[in-house]
Amino acid sequence: MRALAPLRRGIGKLGVGAGYPNPAPSRRLSGLAGAGLTMSIPALELHNLTKTFRKDSRNGRKERGLARLLPRAKRTSRAVDSVSLVIEQGEVFGVLGPNGSGKSTLIRIVSTLLLPDEGTARVFGHDVVREPDAVRQVINRVSADAAFFRRLSAMENLVHTARLYGVPVREAETRIRDLLRRLDMREGKLNVPMYELSRGMQQKVAITRAFLTTPRLLLLDEPTTGLDPKSKRQVQGFIRQVRHDGGTTVLLTTHDMEEADILCDRIAILNHGKIVALGTPRELRSSCEECGDSPTLETVFLTLAGRTIEEVDEEG
Amino acid sequence: MMTGVMSRGMAAYAFAHRQIMLTKRYWMWELVFLVYGLTATLSIGFLGSAIKGAAGRSIILYLLTGSLLWGYLAVIFWDISNMITWERWEGTIEYTFMAPVSRATHIFGLCSWTILYSLVRTAVMLTIVALFFHLDMSRANYLGALLVLAVANLSFIGLGTIVATLPLLSPEKGSQMTGIVEGVLLLVSGVYYDVSVLPGWMQAVAKLSPATYALRGMRRALLHGAGLAQLWDVLLPLAVTGVVLIPLGLLVFNRVEVYCKKTGRLTRSG
Repeated sequence: MRALAPLRRGIGKLGVGAGYPNPAPSRRLSGLAGAGLTMSIPALELHNLTKTFRKDSRNGRKERGLARLLPRAKRTSRAVDSVSLVIEQGEVFGVLGPNGSGKSTLIRIVSTLLLPDEGTARVFGHDVVREPDAVRQVINRVSADAAFFRRLSAMENLVHTARLYGVPVREAETRIRDLLRRLDMREGKLNVPMYELSRGMQQKVAITRAFLTTPRLLLLDEPTTGLDPKSKRQVQGFIRQVRHDGGTTVLLTTHDMEEADILCDRIAILNHGKIVALGTPRELRSSCEECGDSPTLETVFLTLAGRTIEEVDEEG
Repeated sequence: MMTGVMSRGMAAYAFAHRQIMLTKRYWMWELVFLVYGLTATLSIGFLGSAIKGAAGRSIILYLLTGSLLWGYLAVIFWDISNMITWERWEGTIEYTFMAPVSRATHIFGLCSWTILYSLVRTAVMLTIVALFFHLDMSRANYLGALLVLAVANLSFIGLGTIVATLPLLSPEKGSQMTGIVEGVLLLVSGVYYDVSVLPGWMQAVAKLSPATYALRGMRRALLHGAGLAQLWDVLLPLAVTGVVLIPLGLLVFNRVEVYCKKTGRLTRSG
């Protein structure tokens, strides 16, 4: 039943094809077609979301003399291009894409840290531009770089976050200990300055920070990037627990195909800011006509992204 | 979860408490800044001592008051204007800006600790320099001086909030630009001299600087023991600039924050 649930959720309010506008016909997947409409408010609803950045056209070249004083031409770059999708409550939704495909821009828009140029993004019905305060109450985020006040201990950083979100300190301390136990982190590390903790432990503290505020929508922006295999498995195990508990909706961006395959109910493949495919991992594998027999998710991704593994590695 | 005033109070306390923790962790730097500030103030005192004649003693106090008040305001100004720089450096800026906390609460929390810290720091320095130069403070009206400081804080919080937008706009050069603003204030506000010695156009600028009135009021209270009746002409402009600059600061900061969210500047650096 669980495998079918995403199919139903995927319909949302957008209907057939709206999840990835203008896909090549051969890449259109069946994930958005089919069953009936769901009545609950979606956890996240993106409609024609577009974000363009203006960049210096010098592209890193140094200018000499008076040329430095002249106005610089700007080139534009579409980081997110007409993205539409619906994520239903309780879903773990993956966004796969190579570096620079727009994954983090998407997360930053939903986090209210970036304003879109066009389109809308709604979190539990609240518009991220018009109602940012309501959105901030129900979201939290874990990014690849666990950012903390490095001289402060994990507990001090976490209590600071708890206070910002109105969680009483005693309640926060109990929750912190419980969360870190579930993440297999020793309590003794709680009072050690952050800069003395390993990368894996810092990421566990980052995950604790996000869950401390009981977010209804959790944004995981490449949470396992740079972690050693053991820490990676522990973090993935925790996300699986969250999926099992069902109380939190997760939007996960990753390069890691295996991770996306095991953790996500549905996956969108993003390339040059556009969604080129959307569906359950099984659907993505089965409906890619150009990928050969029994393709892995990696093959599907590389085919749809139009790049070879070497090219993706070079970009990384 | 709490709501309303309590949660805002808790969030403001979170910023104040974080600053206390950071001050404790970076205590060596705080000591360095205290010693540096003290030696600079003592040097200014010795400059006054070098001036011979009957005016010598009052010149020492005149210069020391300027130096101490400037040190006090500089700490507040520096902490507020660098709140962005520090968060960028630590990488926490995105987490702070996506927390459900208004910018007014954020700045209020930060300032509450900074003002207390700066006040204690200045009191310690005043005690040391008073002992060093055997200053006669018997005529000083400390309550009047504290009142001037309290009202001046409003203007400096507002001004600091406006200047804090510079690191928001330019991660690379913004922090340095705040130093330029601080330097210009130092020049035009009469920290070590009366503004009457400045060229006409600089005197016009001095009239706009809250530091000019704060310095004038502090000197009157500490050197001449001036009471409220003699201080109202500095308290009034300070109150007016404070009432204007705090909402203006928040307005400017919010506008710049929106601009940064449009252009993708709200990111960590380093």
